[in-house]
Amino acid sequence: MGKRATRVNVNGKSYARVVEPRLTLADFLRHELNLTGTHLGCEHGVCGACTVLVDGRSTRSCLMFAVQANGAEVTTVEGLSPEGTLSVLQQAFIDNHGLQCGFCTPGMLITLTELLRETPDPSEQEVREALTGNLCRCTGYAGIVAAALDASKRLRDGGS
Amino acid sequence: MGAKHFGARVTRLEDPALLAGRGRFVDDLKVPGLLHACFARSPHAHARLGSIDADTVAHMPGVYAVITADDLPEPMCREPLPMLLPNPSIVAPRTQMVLARGEVSYVGQPVAIVVAETRHIAEDAAIALNVHYEPLAAVGDCRAAVEDGGPRAHSDLASNVAASFRAAYGDIDGAFAGAAHVFEERIYQHRGGGMAMETRAVLASHDVATDSLTVWSGTQTPHIGRRVLADLLGRELESVRMIAPDVGGGFGPKAIFYPEEAAIPAAALKLGRPVKWIEDRREHFLCATQERDQYWNVAIAVDAEGKILGVRGSMLHDTGAFVPWGLVMPYIAATTVPGPYVVPAYRLDTTVVFTNKVPTTPVRGAGRPQAVFVMERLMDRVARELQFDRTEVRRRNFIQPEQMPYEVGLIFRDGKPLVYDSGDYPKGQETALASAGYDAFREQQRAALDEGRFIGIGIANYVEGTGLGPFEGVTVRVLPSGKVAVASGATNQGQGTRTTLSQIVAEQVGCRLQDIVMTLGDTGAIAQGVGAFASRQAVNAGSSALIAGQTVRAQIIALAARVLGVEESDIDLDDGKAISGGGNRPSIGFGDLARLAQGIPGVALPAGQVAGLEHTAYYTPTQAAYCSGTHVAEVEVDAMTGGVKILKYTVAHDAGRVINPLIVDGQVQGGVAHGIGNALFEWMQYDDNAQPLTTSFAEYLLPMATDVPTCAIAHVETVNPLNPLGVKGAGEGGTIPAPAAIIAAIEDALSRFDVHFAETPLTPERIVAALREAGAYEKLFVG
Repeated sequence: MGKRATRVNVNGKSYARVVEPRLTLADFLRHELNLTGTHLGCEHGVCGACTVLVDGRSTRSCLMFAVQANGAEVTTVEGLSPEGTLSVLQQAFIDNHGLQCGFCTPGMLITLTELLRETPDPSEQEVREALTGNLCRCTGYAGIVAAALDASKRLRDGGS
Repeated sequence: MGAKHFGARVTRLEDPALLAGRGRFVDDLKVPGLLHACFARSPHAHARLGSIDADTVAHMPGVYAVITADDLPEPMCREPLPMLLPNPSIVAPRTQMVLARGEVSYVGQPVAIVVAETRHIAEDAAIALNVHYEPLAAVGDCRAAVEDGGPRAHSDLASNVAASFRAAYGDIDGAFAGAAHVFEERIYQHRGGGMAMETRAVLASHDVATDSLTVWSGTQTPHIGRRVLADLLGRELESVRMIAPDVGGGFGPKAIFYPEEAAIPAAALKLGRPVKWIEDRREHFLCATQERDQYWNVAIAVDAEGKILGVRGSMLHDTGAFVPWGLVMPYIAATTVPGPYVVPAYRLDTTVVFTNKVPTTPVRGAGRPQAVFVMERLMDRVARELQFDRTEVRRRNFIQPEQMPYEVGLIFRDGKPLVYDSGDYPKGQETALASAGYDAFREQQRAALDEGRFIGIGIANYVEGTGLGPFEGVTVRVLPSGKVAVASGATNQGQGTRTTLSQIVAEQVGCRLQDIVMTLGDTGAIAQGVGAFASRQAVNAGSSALIAGQTVRAQIIALAARVLGVEESDIDLDDGKAISGGGNRPSIGFGDLARLAQGIPGVALPAGQVAGLEHTAYYTPTQAAYCSGTHVAEVEVDAMTGGVKILKYTVAHDAGRVINPLIVDGQVQGGVAHGIGNALFEWMQYDDNAQPLTTSFAEYLLPMATDVPTCAIAHVETVNPLNPLGVKGAGEGGTIPAPAAIIAAIEDALSRFDVHFAETPLTPERIVAALREAGAYEKLFVG
């Protein structure tokens, strides 16, 4: 099948590429744009490591083709904070030991960024339910949940 | 001294890069001219391998090569992978070929590599590759494997028995002959996977100018990998460098050397181009090693007071199609059974058998979860039969702290007598029970029952041999920049190795944590190395970091004293400076000292001064370090659906002195999550022909955020007297007793129905079936 032109805005920057229709958005981000922060843990839509925001919604980038993202606004982990800085959520992950190997972490951050935007004061149960689409094998989730609740509090207290 | 690092809750140095998406995992690396590999793998569990029609795909556009066993270099084209842990009990030391020859013996065994311009093309070509097989009868169950006349996993072997051995001490027959009570149990634990979120990955690149081969591998053991690879390629060790960059979880299966780690470098050498292979998740289910299939028939003899007189029985261990990591898991399992209890006599006969499944090698726990499950199920049985509280039976049998060091009577896997160095098991249990609110639980249970809710509590104790040798090394070197370089053969798959080693070195040398330049998992950085397994790095690398740090500290002080014109005792090291109250100036920075330590070209060094401020230490532990702990699980069981919810989980853990509580707590919590998966969810299903049926995360369930409670964790520190840090391992203790505690809690919740369980995982279907068999639903629906 012939290649198709696609134009995607990623982290505020517009990229135009001509790609195979079967190229996933995840592979497009990783290998065409060299944004390797988005990780692939299963490539069948369960583990959530590849989660990115597409037009503001958390999306499995392994289950979406790059050509489907034509015209979309995509946010990856690299776009969560200006280079050299960390977002409140990212800092909370450090303070609460929310990561070990760090492989699932980009997907966790994206999922929780969406959660905290839509539910600024989530309960622990709401955080846990939001995270059911993201698997972590290292942490047992405790640090991730604590980080989300901590970040929620800091953001409500006016942290930036 | 400056800031206190050792023992502090220091946030991790690894985190900022990983959080910003700037980690460097193998698939993130960019190398010019890179080609992509895909493996053609056996679709049969057992088959004779016929011809491979390489030409049919070799000419597809974008395909660079189809490589079969015949195309591999000497000696890997004809020699199998080495047996990394030989043992005289192994009668059939069978390991696999890099690419199969003659016969394939598990689904997923690699038979050919396709190398192409892109991964898409490589996958298309591997699927199109025509490989001829003649299917053979497969061994799908290790119990069938030992029956006479059944199929054999390898057609040239007369038997499926790979090894058998006995672990024993004391007068076991006498113990049983004189016992007031003997109770028997049949216990099964199921295999599962490590399931690191990053799959395996290999990238190999050969530099013609220097004739050096660099291999990046998502491995726990790059130094071992480099050695094996050099042998298989017939290359000098010095011309091979293996690097484990950021690795997305290990959990054991990444500790062994895999065929792909030899095949990809061979392909890169053959083609003169860098080649990369990234395992997909389905391949991980098929080909990454698994663990835990064991069938136990055991009996315990006790006196009228519930004191143990002896434990005996037999165990069948499924090693899968090969024995790549020797007898580690069955051997550890056989020697972990006595645990924290005085067991006067013991005998276990173990048989290790081949099946046509992917080989088994250690997965977090490595034989210990099975042994602890066995012993703790026996203890619960004794309590039930003699109508003691389950905690009381344990109390009556604990080894007491004043009995330390305690010699069990067995030889452990490190080749040394099994001698517990330290520990306070009664205190561990009391600490956990107090934290869990055990005494108040029965009242809560009755109240819940009045509401029609079934809640239960379970406890499990364990002792774990950690910190195994032979050694790990650490180099500490002060750089002209004033920073401190640290290199180690220890590796990092999420354990925070960089942070903990930095804490130890910074404490000794007197520098800031952020001024340590750490290189881990790179064979180019330190000559000797072993890697991550057996919760060994804090003991081995940690001790080496301490010794190297102490030595460099003495070097810095000696040089600074001479330069500043003061006594050595007047020098303090802090923040990368040698500081003196008097002398010719107040302080001198590490950078200046590092330059002075290089000397002047042609001029002799002053007497007593060594070259550079640098030392490499290789600490060699004399034996394993025995950590211990108690887990208490509180669960609620939905009798109608068989669903289990863990309400509360409490851990008391003795890992000796804690270097960083943040990291140790994280290890425990993560380990418990793995144990919850083993207890309730993770089911690697094969059909009767050993064909895997669960090859995605939709079929093989991992614990989710809603399944794993945040544990209450208490540290019971008994200092290990055998290593200079006083530490014990902490990586696996979270996993080891978790299934035992959880299954006990489920049984307790359903105690009014008198149902008993002796298997993992315990799925809702099994719980409902047991309740139905026990007539529970008739009882529930009456009235």
